[in-house]
Amino acid sequence: MSAPPKPRPLTAPSVFTANRLRDGRVVWFGAGESWLEDIAAALIVAPAAADATLARARLGEARQEVIGVYAVEVAPAPEGPVPVRIREKLRLAGPSIAAVPDAWRMAS
Amino acid sequence: MNVILAPERPAVPPHARTYRYDAIDREFLDQRIGEFGEQIARRLCGELSEDEFKPLRLMNGIYLQLHAYMYRIAIPYGVLNAAQLRQLAMIARRYDRGFGHFTTRQNIQFNWTRLEDVPEIMRALAAVDMHGIQTSGNCIRNTTTDEYAGADPEEIVDPRIYAEIIRQWSTLHPEFTWLPRKFKIAITGAPEDRVAMRIHDVGLIARRDAAGAIGFEVWAGGGLGRTPLLSARLREFLPEEELLAYLEAVLRVYNAEGERANIYRARIKILVRDQPAEFRRKVEAEFARLPRGRYRLDPAVVAGIARHFAPPPFAAATPVPLPDDPALRVWAARCVRPHRQPGHASVTISLKPIGGIPGDASAAQMEAVADLAERFSFGEIRVTHSQNLVLAHIRQADLPAVHAGLLAAGLATPNPGLVTDIIACPGMDYCALATARSIPVAQMISARAAELDRMHDLGELHLNISGCINACGQHHVGHIGILGVDKRGAESYQVTLGGEAGDQPAIGDLVGPGFAYERITDAIETILRRHLALRRQGERFIDTYRRVGIGPFKEALYGPAA
Amino acid sequence: MALLRDGRLTEDPYLRVPEGAPLPPGPALIDLARVLAGEVAGGRTAPLGVLLPPDAAVDVLAPWLPDLALIVLRLPGSRDGRAFTQARALREHHHFRGELRATGHVLPDHLTMLRRVGVDSIELPATADPVAFLAAARRIDIAYQPSLDGGLPLGLRRLRLETA
Repeated sequence: MSAPPKPRPLTAPSVFTANRLRDGRVVWFGAGESWLEDIAAALIVAPAAADATLARARLGEARQEVIGVYAVEVAPAPEGPVPVRIREKLRLAGPSIAAVPDAWRMAS
Repeated sequence: MNVILAPERPAVPPHARTYRYDAIDREFLDQRIGEFGEQIARRLCGELSEDEFKPLRLMNGIYLQLHAYMYRIAIPYGVLNAAQLRQLAMIARRYDRGFGHFTTRQNIQFNWTRLEDVPEIMRALAAVDMHGIQTSGNCIRNTTTDEYAGADPEEIVDPRIYAEIIRQWSTLHPEFTWLPRKFKIAITGAPEDRVAMRIHDVGLIARRDAAGAIGFEVWAGGGLGRTPLLSARLREFLPEEELLAYLEAVLRVYNAEGERANIYRARIKILVRDQPAEFRRKVEAEFARLPRGRYRLDPAVVAGIARHFAPPPFAAATPVPLPDDPALRVWAARCVRPHRQPGHASVTISLKPIGGIPGDASAAQMEAVADLAERFSFGEIRVTHSQNLVLAHIRQADLPAVHAGLLAAGLATPNPGLVTDIIACPGMDYCALATARSIPVAQMISARAAELDRMHDLGELHLNISGCINACGQHHVGHIGILGVDKRGAESYQVTLGGEAGDQPAIGDLVGPGFAYERITDAIETILRRHLALRRQGERFIDTYRRVGIGPFKEALYGPAA
Repeated sequence: MALLRDGRLTEDPYLRVPEGAPLPPGPALIDLARVLAGEVAGGRTAPLGVLLPPDAAVDVLAPWLPDLALIVLRLPGSRDGRAFTQARALREHHHFRGELRATGHVLPDHLTMLRRVGVDSIELPATADPVAFLAAARRIDIAYQPSLDGGLPLGLRRLRLETA
């Protein structure tokens, strides 16, 4: 699973994330039970509504669309919700390091 | 309709000493690919649940990570031929983001694979006799060995022969496929331990008795993670023909009695630690009881496997001094080591460029290494457990050309064994289990320490970084170890000192409270500077530490004790 | 419960006898404790089977093996492989000749290996797809190590397994 090692109870507004089954890519739960790559379209729910929304989001697992649904606490921002935790910031933005696929790296 | 063409089978360099698959091995791989391909199809259409599929995909090397599926491909005992390395480069390009990561267990990982592509990738791997079988899951994993096997002047027994025998014996073993937890075996055949034998579930030292017969010293119960433990010796000299029978006995006791409910107590090391005498007794009882004939390792089988690892046709060569080129000599001092064959040498290729990502190689770099291997090393490449590569059989006369080739590919950093030769796991940038990032920390420390090393010549220093308690970076056995944890939502890095993976193995001592991401590089610099201030002539960091203890380093980091 | 045996689905002839209940006249399956208490003795001719828990050492059954027609081994989870060691020990050390059966969280992917360690039959889980189970057993017929099953030697300790 790609859920965090120690899930904690939610205290902030949250979105729901998962990995797409066929290619493993990170997706976010949006309106109409959809799973999208853009977090700006994700459904943000208050902690009280989290359990109910999680159950709906998990239907994506039953439909073989996604795996490993879990909640991610976010802070609002103009460009869209921003995950609070570093791990989920990385999940959203990708690795914090630049891979250098085909360029030669400098010898020391 | 998707037509998947069977990939061509590339020509294998004729003298590369990798185990050569025959028709039976290939048929097995085909069957296995067929089986897993079907399991993937059943998963994608929902016939298999994720709970049912997960152990199956793990057994074939597919992890689900933070951003994508990660495919871990087996490089049996770290040995590759040039055709295989080129195929990995192709896979990196076509199915991934153009690079791969070599691991501390001599495997390679691709971080961005798609489950729907895996059947095609499997066929591409099978075309060069490779796969991801048993690189994950609660089964016997890749048996690792010495990267200088067959080349080291001090070698007593070539461990690759037995690593291959163990690989075959442990492949889809019917009794040991659903163990309490993973099982890692390491084997060495040289006096110097380069495989971190003491931190493996089973460690084997191949040696000869007074009459010259081959046998094994057997150790069991080593491991890191939450509970770092060094292994204990079970047997001083196990005759060659009893190797598999004895491994059966060890695995049977483990399978029956290893902890199943609590994963943190499920490795064999816990059994060995908690009931050492009882464990030994049970293994010996099982060994005495099993029908030796069925499990006997026939010398004819050993000879058959050994033929795959016969010495390549070395050219007669006299020792040749290195040309008087300063850069070449600096490189050679760290990257070239003696060879048992006169006029030859082994070359270590650093995958740790200063400020770079430890253990990563681009597709182009993989191809460059494959080319150099083909031209200068019988087409053979090894992966080391410190995430570097080795060209084992270079003629001394060819060293300048090899160096030039590596330099052009950005692979000539003269730092193996130095502080900037960092061992690091992928950490939270990639791994779903991680609690902190490790790669950027490695990069920052590498850049800072390179400066110090340039000015003061720090000498041999093993620095290991793990991004979580699972310790895939093996930080416990680093001279300096760093463990990244989550401290109230922020990354915090704990430092251990005095660990060692080789012949004087030790688990490092925790130096004190952890350091924030922004402070850890300064902390490491403080430690290095204190070492420089204290060291005596010729002392490495680990020597200084053993002499002065943790006190001076604690003081340097945290101030005088109250 | 449906049994998968010799590549076919059959009915289970054994009656699972609840704790404390008397043995029926026909094939009966009882708990380990009752066997250890000596219920096997007494001139009973109908087949008797025992449920062996995953953490039981098979050696405890040794005195009663000649009187047991069936031993049922359990996979409490699909990743718990203790039944494989139990099965192999019963065959290899104790030369048990009766039926060995696996129950619990058995997957099609266990089948070949269960057979290789001497298991004859599987209790199919209620939700199981028999077709998947039947297909699974034939997938891989090359083995890299000897076990309790037969096989044609292929050199270097490899075997071509006899298909079900």
